[in-house]
Amino acid sequence: MKHRSTSEQHHGKKPRVPAAAAATSTSPQDGMEDKAATNPRELTQNPLKKIWMPYKNGLPEKHICQRKVCMTNCPTLIVTVGLPARGKTYISKKLTRYLNWIGVPTREFNVGQYRREFVKIYKSFEFFRPDNEEGLKIRRKCASAALNDVREYLTEDGGQVAVFDATNTTRERRETILEFAEQNGFKVFFVESVCEDPDVIQENIVQVKLDSPDYTNCNTEEAVEDFMKRIKCYENSYETLDEVLDRDLSYIKIMDVGQRYLVNRVLDHIQSRIVYYLMNIHITPRSIYLCRHGESELNVKGRIGGDSGLTIRGKEFAKKLSHFIQEQNISDLKVWTSQMKRTIQTAEALNVPYEQWKVLNEIDAGVCEELMYEEIQKNYPLEFALRDQDKYRYRYPKGESYEDLVQRLEPVIMELERQENVLVICHQAVLRCLLAYFLDKTAEELPYLKCPLHTVLKLTPVAYGCKVESISLNVDAVNTHRERPANVDVSRMSEEALLTVPSHQ
Amino acid sequence: MELPQLEHTRLRRHDSAASVPQFCNSPTMIVMVGLPARGKTYISKKLTRYLNWIGVPTKMFNVGQYRREAVKIYKNFEFFKPDNEEAMKIRKACAAAALKDVALYFTKEQGQVAVFDATNTTRERRAIILSFAMEMGYKVFFVESICDDPEIIAENIRQVKFGSPDYADRDIDEAMEDFTQRIDCYRASYMPIDDEKDRKLSYIKIFDVGSRYLVNRVQDHIQSRIVYYLMNIHVTPRSIYLSRHGESELNLLGRIGGDTGLSPRGQKYASALATFIKGQKIIDLKVWTSHMKRTVQTAEALGVQYEQWKALNEIDAGVCEELTYEEIQENFPEEFALRDQDKYRYRYPKGESYEDLVHRLEPVIMELERQENVLVICHQAVMRCLLAYFLDKPADELPYLRCPLHTVLKLTPIAYGCKVESFFLNIEAVNTHRERPLNVNITRNPEEALQTVPDHI
Repeated sequence: MKHRSTSEQHHGKKPRVPAAAAATSTSPQDGMEDKAATNPRELTQNPLKKIWMPYKNGLPEKHICQRKVCMTNCPTLIVTVGLPARGKTYISKKLTRYLNWIGVPTREFNVGQYRREFVKIYKSFEFFRPDNEEGLKIRRKCASAALNDVREYLTEDGGQVAVFDATNTTRERRETILEFAEQNGFKVFFVESVCEDPDVIQENIVQVKLDSPDYTNCNTEEAVEDFMKRIKCYENSYETLDEVLDRDLSYIKIMDVGQRYLVNRVLDHIQSRIVYYLMNIHITPRSIYLCRHGESELNVKGRIGGDSGLTIRGKEFAKKLSHFIQEQNISDLKVWTSQMKRTIQTAEALNVPYEQWKVLNEIDAGVCEELMYEEIQKNYPLEFALRDQDKYRYRYPKGESYEDLVQRLEPVIMELERQENVLVICHQAVLRCLLAYFLDKTAEELPYLKCPLHTVLKLTPVAYGCKVESISLNVDAVNTHRERPANVDVSRMSEEALLTVPSHQ
Repeated sequence: MELPQLEHTRLRRHDSAASVPQFCNSPTMIVMVGLPARGKTYISKKLTRYLNWIGVPTKMFNVGQYRREAVKIYKNFEFFKPDNEEAMKIRKACAAAALKDVALYFTKEQGQVAVFDATNTTRERRAIILSFAMEMGYKVFFVESICDDPEIIAENIRQVKFGSPDYADRDIDEAMEDFTQRIDCYRASYMPIDDEKDRKLSYIKIFDVGSRYLVNRVQDHIQSRIVYYLMNIHVTPRSIYLSRHGESELNLLGRIGGDTGLSPRGQKYASALATFIKGQKIIDLKVWTSHMKRTVQTAEALGVQYEQWKALNEIDAGVCEELTYEEIQENFPEEFALRDQDKYRYRYPKGESYEDLVHRLEPVIMELERQENVLVICHQAVMRCLLAYFLDKPADELPYLRCPLHTVLKLTPIAYGCKVESFFLNIEAVNTHRERPLNVNITRNPEEALQTVPDHI
């Protein structure tokens, strides 16, 4: 998500570039290794995340690092390549969303947007004609401005990955970018989208170009015609990534919307993850249904976690869910549950095969399992306050954090990307994490997303994003959503802490 | 009264195998393609090992082995000459026999994936395999290895061919000469998978040991995982060091799990480990620990950077956390027995199973494959899982692998497998290894259950 915690900064690690000389492991206390061996540093456990860290003179040392996806100091510049309407922006946005969700601060830079800011009104495709000198000048300027912002994001704003979204169809333009990256110590990974299927291109144009600010004042036919001419402007000078000429570059070439991929010189972990992700996404229309289990016995008692069964109302929801699903007339629906009784009971009512995933289990509340918020406040007031201070990163003692949950759910997201129609019956915290991925919510927002019982969320990918329909199945249930209270200080009083606890038995 | 054996698997009715959701019932044939000495068998064995570890029953079928059974003694490369009619007959028969065994594996042994390891360099041979698969309802995924770097090929031949039964009685130069001519026999008729003609097939082409890949029509989840795995492995020489944390306070007390610090002997081990590591003179070593105090403390003594992985945390013993085996027997005798009956699949109440552990460790294995020299400081159950991956140990052996405290295991890939060197750093520690007792019946008495519990305070 969009953050960079200073306590987990990475010090002095050499990036794994192919030409880098093998180096001995860096020691934070150069020349003091023997001393370290005989006098190991004391460890203290960070109260929020429960991470063991060394400390000196009573203060935690900012030395150790928790495993993060990006373990290098070397930021990465992802550069899209391809003619217009080949899905570059679709891929850029999706990739950015995914990387942020798994905890890699990423931002996309769409050169078209810079152009729109500069040239307030788009007249016609003529702007893109290769002999339009003035147009070219402006476009070069926009690319530079975007690269400048990239530099700022990656060097000063804590960004780890920047996605440079433009056609970048000439070798010359790509050379410029490569030089820029080398000057700044960024790794470059190209993502080229190649497609000649006229149906796919037409569909792209209809889905995303017609709504573009460029075409607000045109009718459909005019817009399509102009856009086709725009594409033509690029075609003659298009130099695709070449197997021989570009053999030293790192890239993936996506052909025909994912039928075929050419992958060249993957340098590091993050590039490997990006390739895996890109190879798993598709654009076949489908819907993802997310819901929680029916109301459970512990829900009505206001207790968190545990592994109880459904209440009568919960069972009624399961029945209604079954009717709802049937009415939706979904072709080839896959149904997934966790391995907890309440989701399985809910799925049972559907009378269809379902798949149990342990990783869909609710967040482990550790020592707070099966407690009411009132009991947590009574027995662990400090923990309760810390949780309110940073609900995303807070880890229950002997339990998990939302941050841990996201990591554990990554394979689910990957498989959801591969699949088509899926119904996921899960839990409140889990549903928040999944929803945050699809709706691009930040780490701060994620733990407070509203995911009430007995409500189905239907997500349908549309254009660059996701349409959400919230369907309540009209079966009453207890409210389990606790808002962040006004006072999150450890010195607060019980009443202040319990202000936002929803009512229960 | 005997309770049903599978009570502990109550929630497993629709359970996915370790980490691979079972979406399709169609078994998959992975078909290798490539000239000799291109790493096909290396890839086949590694892939088979990986898939089995993550819970996908996989078996390798090496046609060369069938040929060795049929033609007891290998004379020379002439056997492989394209005009050698008799040999051709034998080779076709061997391929057919192997395919037959593939079918048996899928139908009689509940296999999920079969790796068909042969050159399969002609379109004709691949067509036979494809029609076989279509007839039987199997999916096919081709893995072609293309390499023209003479150094790599020579190194391959050195590493694995000299050890082959075919060359047991030859000296190195003879063997090299013969094998080179063998390769030539295939070269003339080699038709690589064609990007145009074969565009409907599912395949990955690996160029130059992984510097480039072409991936076409990945059909399903398992093929996607296979592609991801193949794109992350490498052949650069390196070593992986596995060690547990130093002896902990709870270790001394015979208690499982928890999050305690090191005992004085454990601290000594940490220092000894630092000395040992320095002595190994390892280039660019990465050090990984879990999030638990005892591994972090151990790493601290090394005086180098390390990364903490939550995925490396010890198996969660749920309600049995911090108990002694004696206490588990006293409070949860049935659970204790069930665990002994199937230690791999048994899940502690509110805890984990070894099977869950493997699933959780998969990203660690993937990253270990990507990395070069790594030291992993972890825990007993975790180390058993990692070791089982590298040494290809099956699920029933995994939970009983010996991983004593204060011992470093150095794993170095060679040929088709992994060399293991064990270094005990001479600091005494308690034994934490509990063998499977003779009586695993729930009706057993406490003495029988506790027979194999190691000593502790």
